[in-house]
Amino acid sequence: MIKNFMELSYLLAAVIFIVGLKWMASPKRARRGNALSAIGMLIAILVTLLDHQILSFRMLTVGIVVGSLLGLWMAKAVKMTAMPQMVGLLNGFGGGASLLVAAAEWYRLIQPGATMTTATAITIYASSLVGGVTIAGSVVAALKLQGWVVPDRPVLFPGRHALSIGLILTVIAMGVYLGYNPGTLWAFVVLNIASLILGIQLVIAIGGADQPVVICLLNSYSGIAAAMTGFVINNHGLIITGALVGASGIILTNIMCKAMNRSIWNVLFGGVGVVVAGSGGEKGAAMRAKGVRTITAEDTAALLGYGKLVIVVPGYGMAVAQAQHQVRELADLLHKRGVEVLYAIHPVAGRMPGHMNVLLAEANVPYEALLDLDQINPNFDRADVAIVIGANDVVNPAARHDTTSPIYGMPILDADLAQHIIVMKRSMNPGFAGIENELFYNSKTQMLFGDAKKSLLTLINEVRVLE
Amino acid sequence: MTDALINGIVVFVLAMFVGFEVITKVPSLLHTPLTSGANAISGITIVGSMTVVGMVSSEFASILGFVAVVFAMINVVGGYLVTDRMLAMFGGAKKEPGAKP
Repeated sequence: MIKNFMELSYLLAAVIFIVGLKWMASPKRARRGNALSAIGMLIAILVTLLDHQILSFRMLTVGIVVGSLLGLWMAKAVKMTAMPQMVGLLNGFGGGASLLVAAAEWYRLIQPGATMTTATAITIYASSLVGGVTIAGSVVAALKLQGWVVPDRPVLFPGRHALSIGLILTVIAMGVYLGYNPGTLWAFVVLNIASLILGIQLVIAIGGADQPVVICLLNSYSGIAAAMTGFVINNHGLIITGALVGASGIILTNIMCKAMNRSIWNVLFGGVGVVVAGSGGEKGAAMRAKGVRTITAEDTAALLGYGKLVIVVPGYGMAVAQAQHQVRELADLLHKRGVEVLYAIHPVAGRMPGHMNVLLAEANVPYEALLDLDQINPNFDRADVAIVIGANDVVNPAARHDTTSPIYGMPILDADLAQHIIVMKRSMNPGFAGIENELFYNSKTQMLFGDAKKSLLTLINEVRVLE
Repeated sequence: MTDALINGIVVFVLAMFVGFEVITKVPSLLHTPLTSGANAISGITIVGSMTVVGMVSSEFASILGFVAVVFAMINVVGGYLVTDRMLAMFGGAKKEPGAKP
């Protein structure tokens, strides 16, 4: 009786998650969707307390309180600019929980008197694998995003593909061995360690600009890990819910890959970001010889202040300089002068899906002014100025015509169609992918060198003193 | 038990398709909140973690379960609150970011 009630309650929770996720697709209902989904989670947690298998509530309660407080603290303390690594890290915790549940169940089932069926064994090993890859991968991704220990660029070493294959084979071999010799501790430990190394290996080879894809993929893994836990404890609610998250992660991964015109295999195993030598070569040298034109803040202010339409193209550089508030301030000033300001948001600008949107929303930029690729591109040819703030590859016209370029075929923002292009940039170092950007050498382009925040502050003052 | 596995696989595959249907047209504006909201939902592993820690089969398993509960709760609480903070900013831009949990 209780068991049936629990099953149905989990189903209810899963249905609530589905509706909540659906609501999250619209800006108006998204917040309610998230709250609804939290209610679903509360139901699932409360119902689990009824489980007659649960004999001790002491550690359970302490665990819930400690975890909740830590989660609360993290969510309060995190800065909006640190959101990519926060999302990455939270992902890891879910994966870690799956890994630990699998280990605890395995340990319980190898005790004398307990029996482990082959089916359960398979689910436990699958759960360890996915959970291990998720936690290790997420931690590496978060470290990369934070810039700690692990560099932002791809870390590639010879034989890494062989290592990956070796690790996968190790996991399979240990699984089979455990099938015949259940309860072999060393084999289970090896299986778990191999899964963890596989997670590190998968993410460490991926460069900063490809991080949005990794975040989506890890998100998907965390869902699949949850579903695997559902298999281990034989709970359909968990399986459904995990599968939903898995699917949403796959969809986002797909969107990100399309936005870069690359396949998921290429992102995972291509190691873009070390192609510098290839494309930078002769053509790059010829371009560099031509040189770039620079512009002063004063002249930029005049261009912006007397224009009709200004399109802001933000990129990771804006995030690094944390210049979103200054961008908004500048836009406000221009607005007062009667200049229309729009924002061009590339799907993979920044380090996580929708990164620019979150930063600009934090600076109170109305979301109606944030236009995506298809919406903004028809507007560039009527724009007086396109002001590129720390974006690079997403505005490189080489993606349209240069078949030798690693970003060839990637849909880009047509900033080069504007009357004037102002590029705000720290220095002439090529962008993340190490690809020379043709836009910088365009005759309509002028560079405003310096830290984005400082340049914007100067610019704001210059616009203020305009007639 | 094998029946349970097969049933589970059926449910899993169908639920994946439901997921694909539900989450197709998400505007890029909301990609970050969706990622972090979905991530909070993946904290449903809390259910498994609770069961494991509550069963007190052995001290070792309990410790593993305890850590699992802590991890999953961080995922759940942190995930939902962070998502809400972000979505509050998209709302009307009136509220102080992070003012309301």
